[in-house]
Amino acid sequence: MEKIIEEALSGHVGETGGLITGLRHVQERCGFVPRDTVRIAADLFNISQAEVRGVISFYADFRDEKPGENHIRLCVAEACQSVGSRQIERELTDKYSIAMGETSASGEVTIEPVFCLGLCSCAPAAEVNGKLISRASAKRITNEVGG
Amino acid sequence: MSKNRIFIPLDSAAVALGADEVAERIAIEATSRGLEVAIVRTGSRGMHWLEPLIEVEVDGKRIGYGPVSEDEVAGLLDTGLFEGGDHDTTIGVVEEHPFMLDQQRLIFSRCGVTDPLSFDDYVGNGGLDGLKAAIAADERSIVDAIKTSGLRGRGGAGFPAGIKWDTVQGATADQKYIVCNADEGDSGTFADRMIMEGDPFLLIEGMVIAGLGVGATKGYIYLRSEYPIAARVLNEAIEVAKENRLLGDEVLGSGKAFDLTVFVGAGAYICGEETSLLESLEGKRGLVRAKPPLPALEGLFGKPTLVHNVLSLCSVPWILANGGEAYAAYGQGSSKGTLSFQLAGNIKQGGLFETAFGVTLDDLVNKYGGGTLSGRPFKAVQIGGPLGAYLPQELLHLPMDYEVMAQHCAGVGHGGIVVFDDQADLMAQARYAFEFCAEESCGKCTPCRVGAVRGEEVMDKIAAGENHDENMVLLEDLCELMVDGSLCAMGGMTPIPVTSAIKHFPDDFAPRHAREAAE
Repeated sequence: MEKIIEEALSGHVGETGGLITGLRHVQERCGFVPRDTVRIAADLFNISQAEVRGVISFYADFRDEKPGENHIRLCVAEACQSVGSRQIERELTDKYSIAMGETSASGEVTIEPVFCLGLCSCAPAAEVNGKLISRASAKRITNEVGG
Repeated sequence: MSKNRIFIPLDSAAVALGADEVAERIAIEATSRGLEVAIVRTGSRGMHWLEPLIEVEVDGKRIGYGPVSEDEVAGLLDTGLFEGGDHDTTIGVVEEHPFMLDQQRLIFSRCGVTDPLSFDDYVGNGGLDGLKAAIAADERSIVDAIKTSGLRGRGGAGFPAGIKWDTVQGATADQKYIVCNADEGDSGTFADRMIMEGDPFLLIEGMVIAGLGVGATKGYIYLRSEYPIAARVLNEAIEVAKENRLLGDEVLGSGKAFDLTVFVGAGAYICGEETSLLESLEGKRGLVRAKPPLPALEGLFGKPTLVHNVLSLCSVPWILANGGEAYAAYGQGSSKGTLSFQLAGNIKQGGLFETAFGVTLDDLVNKYGGGTLSGRPFKAVQIGGPLGAYLPQELLHLPMDYEVMAQHCAGVGHGGIVVFDDQADLMAQARYAFEFCAEESCGKCTPCRVGAVRGEEVMDKIAAGENHDENMVLLEDLCELMVDGSLCAMGGMTPIPVTSAIKHFPDDFAPRHAREAAE
């Protein structure tokens, strides 16, 4: 793991905004940002561990634990609210018995809120395992998880 | 036999509605019929309710079909798609569609028409005209053209672009930067995404011209991570631009250098605020900086930096190609040019409508947008994103104009319009404004960080009918404090949706017993 983190980060030292790009690559490789990243990044970028931790905690994209097998991101912003995203949120959290931002006990599903996917003209919008869905419903989303 | 060309959008909205699956099916069905087909992936025309909208060219005219589902592909080919055959989904000549006819597409003229990654398509359809004019002119006249055009920042604040350009140009430094704010996080906005996916060279050209104008040689596009398709298209376009010397050590033989990089953010709404964006681009937490110093003088790494929204920069090539006066001839008052209105939320014909300032909200919502998607009575529009005002039916006659909107305590913002039907509860929407602010505040200043949470609490008490009148007064007081005391627009404008909702929809804030009695 240590080697993977180092590899993902090292190419971005000295780059503009390199720490953020590096952390994204760590997450792409590991599925999340492991705790050891703080120490390794601090050494590589020659900054304090506090600064690295500060960056990781500031940005919503960075996760500190592995997500479920299926990753649902449901848009919860105004345009999606206007066509029923709150109802979809209720249906999904009921179905998987979790709150937004959590992973189901079986590890099958993680549901996260997202503030706008830029699909506001054909809302509600969601993203399941990287696939964009417009005119979403709880059924369409769970079908995507199943398939 | 020449290949049959078929145009299918790669735009996120089209893809989210099944454009990739339709493209795949067309390739399969065509092969099985022995037809040679070239599928061109384009941007979107902006008629999103018709997506996936596919087009073919017949006698020099583009005929559209939409929305097309995967299952309809075989039938479409059977009716002679490539001859413009009649089908249930045909909309006829795309440019003659009523939604297209009334637009004034200065910025989006190529979007949905050309192949976004074809440099030949770009140059063959007016691309580079602005840059060539800029290269032929001196720095002073480039900035003068922007000033004459009356262009104001399209990111929401509407600050006169010419003043920014002037300031950066006048600053002396060994390095200056052009930073494009592509952190389009406002709900109800997607114009930046559409143009980046559909005509990326336009943004690149605009940034190069800006570089020539203010003396900057390095540019960054700060793109939000929620836009992976835009990231892919932009990065590919930058490579093509380098091959064609639109970017590099010597831009189109001008002797001037301009280099451009896409930087992808990591999920923080606040990074759409320019100083927070600069902190983030430096690899740090996106904490807002106090102004002054202005980014125009001390921006990225402390150097003079021109920070502009995507559409501000995309307006630049047209202005340079046609002149500042020609641009200023569009619009009204001090709202010059066109704005790409985004029709969103509970609306029947959602999409992008570019036209001059001065168009009324009513026309946008009802004439072009077709009213609510649900078919239920209209209740409210929110204009300009999560920090924008909620306006009622009675104000739909207002024209989209910076000054007129300001008189009604509202803003044009980015031109995003989110429609709500009569089922919307404006008290819930007002509470959400605080919830969103609490979630997305950078935390640097107290009025925003603490005010947002206090706002949620007070709203909950009002909703529960607890000391209703006293809490309404407290809420007003809190809003005033956030407006006056916040460091940036996040805390400073969060009260706008709240106070506008209270003002225009007082029934939704009435004590609970009164609301229940009314139901």
